[in-house]
Amino acid sequence: MSIWIDEDAKVLVQGITGNQGTFHATKMVEYGTDIVGGVTPRKGGQTVDLGTLQAPVWNTMVEAIEATDADASVIYVPPRFAGAAIIEAADAFSQVRNGGVIVCITEGIPTLDMVKAVEHVHNTDGVRLIGPNCPGIITPGDTGGSKIGIMPGHIHAKGRIGIVSKSGTLTYEAVAQTMSIDEGQSTCVGIGGDPVNGTGFIDCLSAFENDDQTEAVVMIGEIGGNAEEEAAEWVAENMTKPVVGFVAGMTAPPGKRMGHAGAIISGGKGTATEKVAAMEAAGIRCANDPSEIGAVLLESLKAAGLR
Amino acid sequence: MNIHEYQGKQLFRDAGLAVQEGVHCTTVEQALAAYDSLGGNVVAVKSQIHAGGRGKGTLYDPESGDVVMEGGVKIAFNREDVENYAQNILGNILVTKQTGEEGKLVSNLYVEGGCKIAHEYYLAILVDREEKMPLIMASCEGGVDIEEVAEETPEAIFKVHVDPSVGLLPEQAEGLANSLGLTGLSIDSFVENVSGLFDLFVSKDCAMVEINPMVRTEDDKIVLLDAKVGFDENALFRHPDIVELRDLSEEEPTEVRAKASDLSYVKLDGNIGCLVNGAGLAMATMDVIKLYGGEPANFLDVGGGANEEQVTTAFGIIMEDPNVKGILVNIFGGIMRCDIIARGVIAATQALALEDPLVVRLVGTNFEEGRRILAESGLNIHTAETLAEGAKMIVELVGGDSQ
Repeated sequence: MSIWIDEDAKVLVQGITGNQGTFHATKMVEYGTDIVGGVTPRKGGQTVDLGTLQAPVWNTMVEAIEATDADASVIYVPPRFAGAAIIEAADAFSQVRNGGVIVCITEGIPTLDMVKAVEHVHNTDGVRLIGPNCPGIITPGDTGGSKIGIMPGHIHAKGRIGIVSKSGTLTYEAVAQTMSIDEGQSTCVGIGGDPVNGTGFIDCLSAFENDDQTEAVVMIGEIGGNAEEEAAEWVAENMTKPVVGFVAGMTAPPGKRMGHAGAIISGGKGTATEKVAAMEAAGIRCANDPSEIGAVLLESLKAAGLR
Repeated sequence: MNIHEYQGKQLFRDAGLAVQEGVHCTTVEQALAAYDSLGGNVVAVKSQIHAGGRGKGTLYDPESGDVVMEGGVKIAFNREDVENYAQNILGNILVTKQTGEEGKLVSNLYVEGGCKIAHEYYLAILVDREEKMPLIMASCEGGVDIEEVAEETPEAIFKVHVDPSVGLLPEQAEGLANSLGLTGLSIDSFVENVSGLFDLFVSKDCAMVEINPMVRTEDDKIVLLDAKVGFDENALFRHPDIVELRDLSEEEPTEVRAKASDLSYVKLDGNIGCLVNGAGLAMATMDVIKLYGGEPANFLDVGGGANEEQVTTAFGIIMEDPNVKGILVNIFGGIMRCDIIARGVIAATQALALEDPLVVRLVGTNFEEGRRILAESGLNIHTAETLAEGAKMIVELVGGDSQ
């Protein structure tokens, strides 16, 4: 298995007619993702050229899910409409098929829009939100697989390492590190670096713990908030599989926002040093340098008798 | 995006909240006229900069570096005081705990009517990322460093989470008033002001509202004596009135220019410039430079889809920092193709006649092509396979390992 997204998940693209939507939908089709169509208000009935696939477009998520029985949607709509797109998807998945996975790639959504969207998803049974401002989720398959997002598909291979990360390109770095020690991935989840998001570290860790395919986890954090500390506490109490980590931002000065809206050390809280200390105390071995994640993972696999 | 206290007070005033009368001034003459217009009573003369800790800050002469006055917020009892304080503040550098050593030039003053204070409180509204909800925090210990209070006596800070779709409920506001030990008339006054502030927080998409101090006057009224207001940059598109309040002179000019090109740049103190795609990887690149004995000169994220032009702009921004003695480019090509980055790097180094050492690490989509383009350029560009290798290389090239 894998977590949340199977290799053959049926996926809708919200904002499929936009530049970003069409570009990434095409890349997903190339990878092997089963794109079943898309949604753009007032463009229902059109088709979008995704190279080897002419994808149908619906006006609403309800129509699209009814027609395709999609398992998941991925959102590329502009920031000002993204909060509403999440709420529409949550209602539609809940109403038509009692659940679904929503992956929001959009960067720059107003925080209070996300507060409302996350609260709405929280109150809608069976619906999971990943992101926003994230690379998405990928479950590599034996041939192809399901890539829902913007990550470069070709760097992945099916395997037994679960990856969860706040950062985009650092996730790719972690993937490359697993490959450097001949390990593939079960599922890789980018949870995003915004202050208010859907799925968090603990959701992912808990799902990896319960997933047969996953035998070890790489967790990539960054400065800001205390999600890493809470995750570390959860790992200490609940996780039986080895977890290794890395936290970006050791050199970040307090009070300065480092790109991601959530990546800021405020009031002396949320430093990388505190996070690494909490993770190490919970038995999560941390690399000092992302180029060492592979080596640290290999040692942990050996220590657990997995290599 | 942050605004000045006087601008925040005007937003409060427009929302019908309890603030003292006050006048924004940029000259000593205006400050004196403000004193007269406020009735010749006791006033506060307040330096306006985008940083806290003004009251305990120190003003320096920008030319000589001599101390001009202790304290950037002063109580003036007469006209002479106002003249003296305004002279000492305007055109001088205010250094506070939050400004860093270089401080901030003060070009704006706020002259505000005084009031008879019975007690000082602390009030703040922000989004709590753990609970994913706005949070109102209040404390009886106003006027002091709230971070110290949070550290030493966290039980002295009262917290209420508020769903923005519902708004602040009267019982929540009254509960906070009770926790603060308010009685009589001041309860109603508090409920009215905190409810108004919460509505303002939501309607204007604030990132933070902090009132330190909020005071109870001798006649049992609540007055918002401070106003530190910040806005969510992502929501500015729906608040053109707030964008008008931006004071670019309070922001790092290079950071402002970077933002205009969709680049995220933060200047630091080291000598190794970094150009990276992705915020997490950009932070990690800085960390690894430090790990191998160097000092990063900046954080720079070119984003996920940077083009040749953005790469050139990014190089230009990095090179403006006179401390930069070498540059490390670290790109994990996903959506961004490494051959395009390689061409951008070559174009930028030629356009800027770059002489400092340059190490480029390209990995991901089309990396072989990218490396070939760099190798065949005939330029003095070093290439690295891993981040660690690239970091060690650039540290050695700038001779940065001082240990």
